Amino acid sequence: MAQTITEKILAFHAGLDRVEPGQLIEARVDIALANDVTAPIAIAEFEKLGVETVFDRGRVLLIPDHFTPNKDIKSAEQAKILREFVQKHELENYFEIGRVGIEHVLLPEQGLVVPGDLVVGADSHTCTYGALGAFATGVGSTDLAAAVATGRVWFKVPESIKVVYRGRPGPWVEGKDLILYTIGQLTVDGALYQALEFTGEAIAELPMYGRMSMANMAIEAGAKNGIIAPDETTLDYVRPRARRDYTVFASDPDAAYVRTIEIDVSRIRPQVSFPPLPDKARTVDEAAAAGIAVDQVVIGSCTNGRIEDFRLAAKILKGRKAAPYLRLMIIPGTQEVYRQMVREGLVEIFLDAEALVSPPTCGPCLGGHMGILAAGERAVATTNRNFVGRMGHPESEVYLSNPAVAAASAVLGRIATPEEVVGEEGK
Amino acid sequence: MDTIKGKAWKFGDDIDTDAIIPARYLNTSDPQELAKHCMEDADVAFAGRVKPGDIIIAGKNFGCGSSREHAPIAIKAAGVACVIAPTFARIFYRNAFNTGLLILESSEAAAAIAEGDEVRIDPASGLIEDLTSGRSFSARPVPEFMRGLLDAGGLMAYWKKRLAE
Repeated sequence: MAQTITEKILAFHAGLDRVEPGQLIEARVDIALANDVTAPIAIAEFEKLGVETVFDRGRVLLIPDHFTPNKDIKSAEQAKILREFVQKHELENYFEIGRVGIEHVLLPEQGLVVPGDLVVGADSHTCTYGALGAFATGVGSTDLAAAVATGRVWFKVPESIKVVYRGRPGPWVEGKDLILYTIGQLTVDGALYQALEFTGEAIAELPMYGRMSMANMAIEAGAKNGIIAPDETTLDYVRPRARRDYTVFASDPDAAYVRTIEIDVSRIRPQVSFPPLPDKARTVDEAAAAGIAVDQVVIGSCTNGRIEDFRLAAKILKGRKAAPYLRLMIIPGTQEVYRQMVREGLVEIFLDAEALVSPPTCGPCLGGHMGILAAGERAVATTNRNFVGRMGHPESEVYLSNPAVAAASAVLGRIATPEEVVGEEGK
Repeated sequence: MDTIKGKAWKFGDDIDTDAIIPARYLNTSDPQELAKHCMEDADVAFAGRVKPGDIIIAGKNFGCGSSREHAPIAIKAAGVACVIAPTFARIFYRNAFNTGLLILESSEAAAAIAEGDEVRIDPASGLIEDLTSGRSFSARPVPEFMRGLLDAGGLMAYWKKRLAE
């Protein structure tokens, strides 16, 4: 019987020929991941188990990216627990400050996650790796601890929702806009416990960075995972990077879906998600017409922290400056992205625009550090969540957008369309 | 598990983990520290007023957002004995089981129970009684596999036993 890509990857890792939605399975894990916020609890749980060491020294990845560079003494203690565990168990892959980046930008870049993998991460945006054709999902610290010790995890096989994207996107429409629009349609729990499979001609044309923005935000519709079947675009990205063999899975043409949604991307404008939930998506035109003044703009994060995202921002910012009193922050996702920004002259453009270029960190996205909002302040951010208090004071607000809209808003000091800044000449 | 009796605290739909425990407090994993800020961005007075044994009655999709296990840890350490909601976000659902926080799914109970009502819960049967209104409700049964994990004493106890065999 026909199966979806999600079912095939789960069956493969459970050692079964096939699985069905609702079936409980115990699956083998390829990568177990945690960060400096979630690893300390996972490590404490791991110690309770009394096992000697981790299931595989090459497949446990602890990434200090959230409150690093250490923002205060308590955060330094948390990062130290993580570092000492890495040293004690001689984990093969560790990225210290100077090498580290935002986990979900870093791992694909470093070829540590490959197509066909089963990845669990104590971070909800672990679903990003679905863009590579992997099954990847967020878990809590205790589930992660069990996976670190045993290399195994239990799952209920999810039903799949198929989202088919047709047509060609208009100017300034990015993967970020497709996913914000989709979440707006589905709502924040529209895919609860389910797999979101992105497909169609517009996905075939979408570059990897846009696919990663999309899979990254599957969790914002409540999904267990977001996934895109590997194609030549995927393999061109993976081949020079992969540190392991990989397996390409695809859904059978007659696989069963609980729901199919068709979206004509030619009708989508860049999106802005209004606070306090990612599903409050409106068109950028509607947002711009509302005259919403902005105090801070953040361009970066696991959603939009890749080199192409910064090229897009630079197109808008070149020869222009951030509005008076507006704080513009550029946060490259990894050191490699940072280096490439320097090579291509993007850092020069950002400095001329009077932006702050920060080291890679999750920082302000979750209201950790490096750009916290005061009461009554508003930010436009290329991040993934705009919950109450997400970037600071509970009375501050976050509006989610793509990098071009964020950059345009930085120039004009209010939510703005890219066209308002660079005219109608397009991209 | 013994019968639970406590006062109901009502919350709305889509209460996210940032509202349950804001990231500005995630530089520690100490349950007592986290408990001081439980539900702070949804109701700033909650942590100071909640009593041991009290019950959270929430709307759909409770615990959406991040994977932080600090969220169920904070709720449990604040003394909350049970969370009742129509649905829970997926990661929060697993985390609640793994940290020993009782959660029950019931759309009827979540809609009918009012703020401040006295509520009694039998965790074994899933019977929820609103002692103030006199109405009672049945929670959706806990999946058998998860019941097994609970009986084993949680995920780590389950694995400890299995690895010893």
